[in-house]
Amino acid sequence: MLSIKNLKATIEGNEILKGINLEIKPGEVHAIMGPNGSGKSTLASVLAGREIFEVTEGEILFNGKNLLEMAPEERAREGLFLAFQYPVEIPGVSITNFLKAALEEIRKHRGLVPLKGAEFLKYMNEKKAMVELNENLAGRAVNVGFSGGEKKKNEIFQMAMLEPKLSILDETDSGLDIDALRIVANGVNKLKSKDNATIVITHYQRLLDYIVPDVVHVLYKGRIVKSGGKELALELEEKGYDWIKKENVDA
Amino acid sequence: MKSDNDILIDELASKEYEAGFITNIESETFPKGLNEDVIRALSEKKGEPAFMTEYRLSAYKKWLEMEEPNWALLKYEKPDFQEISYYSAPKNLPKFNSLDEVDPELIETFNKLGIPLEEQKMLAGVAVDVVFDSASVHTTFRKELHKLGIIFCSISEAIREHPALVQQYLSSVVPVGDNFYAALNSAVFSDGSFAYIPKGVRCPVELSTYFRINQGNTGQFERTLIVADEGSYVSYLEGCTAPQRDENQLHAAVVEIVALKGAEVKYSTVQNWYPGDKEGKGGIYNFVTKRGLCKGDYSKISWTQVETGSAVTWKYPSTILKGDYSIAEFYSVAVTKNHQQADTGTKMIHLGKNTKSTIISKGISMGKSNNTYRGLVKINPKAENARNFSQCDSLLIGDKCGAHTFPYIDVDNPSATVEHEATTSKIAEDQIFYLNQRGLDTENAVSLIVNGFAKEVLNQLPMEFAVEAQKLLALSMEGSVG
Repeated sequence: MLSIKNLKATIEGNEILKGINLEIKPGEVHAIMGPNGSGKSTLASVLAGREIFEVTEGEILFNGKNLLEMAPEERAREGLFLAFQYPVEIPGVSITNFLKAALEEIRKHRGLVPLKGAEFLKYMNEKKAMVELNENLAGRAVNVGFSGGEKKKNEIFQMAMLEPKLSILDETDSGLDIDALRIVANGVNKLKSKDNATIVITHYQRLLDYIVPDVVHVLYKGRIVKSGGKELALELEEKGYDWIKKENVDA
Repeated sequence: MKSDNDILIDELASKEYEAGFITNIESETFPKGLNEDVIRALSEKKGEPAFMTEYRLSAYKKWLEMEEPNWALLKYEKPDFQEISYYSAPKNLPKFNSLDEVDPELIETFNKLGIPLEEQKMLAGVAVDVVFDSASVHTTFRKELHKLGIIFCSISEAIREHPALVQQYLSSVVPVGDNFYAALNSAVFSDGSFAYIPKGVRCPVELSTYFRINQGNTGQFERTLIVADEGSYVSYLEGCTAPQRDENQLHAAVVEIVALKGAEVKYSTVQNWYPGDKEGKGGIYNFVTKRGLCKGDYSKISWTQVETGSAVTWKYPSTILKGDYSIAEFYSVAVTKNHQQADTGTKMIHLGKNTKSTIISKGISMGKSNNTYRGLVKINPKAENARNFSQCDSLLIGDKCGAHTFPYIDVDNPSATVEHEATTSKIAEDQIFYLNQRGLDTENAVSLIVNGFAKEVLNQLPMEFAVEAQKLLALSMEGSVG
């Protein structure tokens, strides 16, 4: 589904990603862990097409297509979804209108007609129930006045609405209390299928108790320095990132 | 069981676009220039009673003594008033023979707004070969209004048929010598609309120029007078979302509203006159005086405007809150792009006790345009417990445009509460990226953000007008980013 080869990226001349290689197949959950500043969020931004980062080398294939040639909205329509670490506020724009417009674009890309008003509301309510979104966020403006937890839940709700093929959760666990964390994780688990894949970016092992990864990667100084099964996350938790740092003093 | 009014509303809704227009009778135009003889001849041509001729002449004399004001933040070439023809018999001479001759960009815009073909032709100035039979709709419509005692007709007709009402209220809100352009309008206005809602009547439909008979071309000096008698209600719509072209560059309209005791008038405008090409050439100058008088206690006047057109817009729909407990509102969205200039806002003059006014202004600037909010809140010494809330927000798109806010506050009574809030913001890159990431292209993203920004104002518009205005805002954003 996703194939990253020797990806290098810079911001304002500083190289952040220094040759990433990653293969993700449908149905898989990959966790990317690493200390602060290792390039985790940069990788997410580059995948989503944020322009402040410049890709200097490498290639990314997404379902066989060259991802780097696509505009951010084309990537989204192709089924790439980024749950933002810091979702932005958009005053005056109701979540309902926003999601209706987004879903319309994505359905159009998939050759589907737009849902009619009543169908859309029904669909929205189903998805709300699925991700246990009890708050009446739907009538409110996108992320305006939301608590940290509400913003993250709203990201997962959007993910449920847009049914992406590849979801990237960028530190979705940061700032969540344990109840919110469980709700968010449950949502992600329910959305999992054999046809879609998930990348979970996180600093802590905690989230991985709830979203169990097939593969864990450790990102350090712009490179994936270690990959393994879910037990790698536990090992990291136990030994701390210093363990990785020591092993990679020359990096 | 449906009431007569419901049936009427249904019928009008389904026939809205059938309501066509009546084309030319004959063409007769005065030579260019303005003097007392021209005004006498104009008044005579229109079959006006003597008081109107006198009215026009006194306005003309005042106008001669006045100078064109220049305090607004606007740059434009001063019009030559001797180069204008002040009378043209109802006519609709086509400028083009078919739509093929019209600017394709304009046609594309029409199509995006979903304007029917025949109406496109009218708006673009193309010869219309099919004359719609609009008589039936109008007859039903007028008959119903007539039953309720509502008068809704052209101002020329009102001057002839209801001279007492016109004489009582014309210039009772905007005196003939109020300002340079109002004086000129009073002297030479060609036509416009008149509405009178009798005591205690709630007008069942939105009054709009869609339904006026043979009013296609009201000319460059339009005059509107709306009188809401005690306890009545009316919602009036002016303008249309389609880009209107006109060979007259200068438009100087006057609108007066009188609300008697307990009456409520809601006046909504969507203004989309031709703004000129990308270099700003050929656009319309829109210099309008709009003022309402909350004459009676507990009366209410509410202005809502969506301004996207014209090369130069200069207008301040204002309200005088004379009656105790009267309420005035002003909701405005003004969009400027390319080389457009807008200097717009409102005046709220509090005279009565316990009066309350609200101002919500949203300015959106793009390209090299300039967008100015200019507002006055005046609390007179006798206006006990007056309250005002003003909010002026500006949104900048790009870095070559300007937004300016001039709130004047003049309080002469210590019991007043006046609040003013102002913000200026730019559309942030990460807002656009967030929407991109959900599948929306940048143009759609900007349009969504702008509609969100203007939402408080758009919500004030009648439903179908609001939908059109949203489409119009989206269209205005085209090519604004990239």
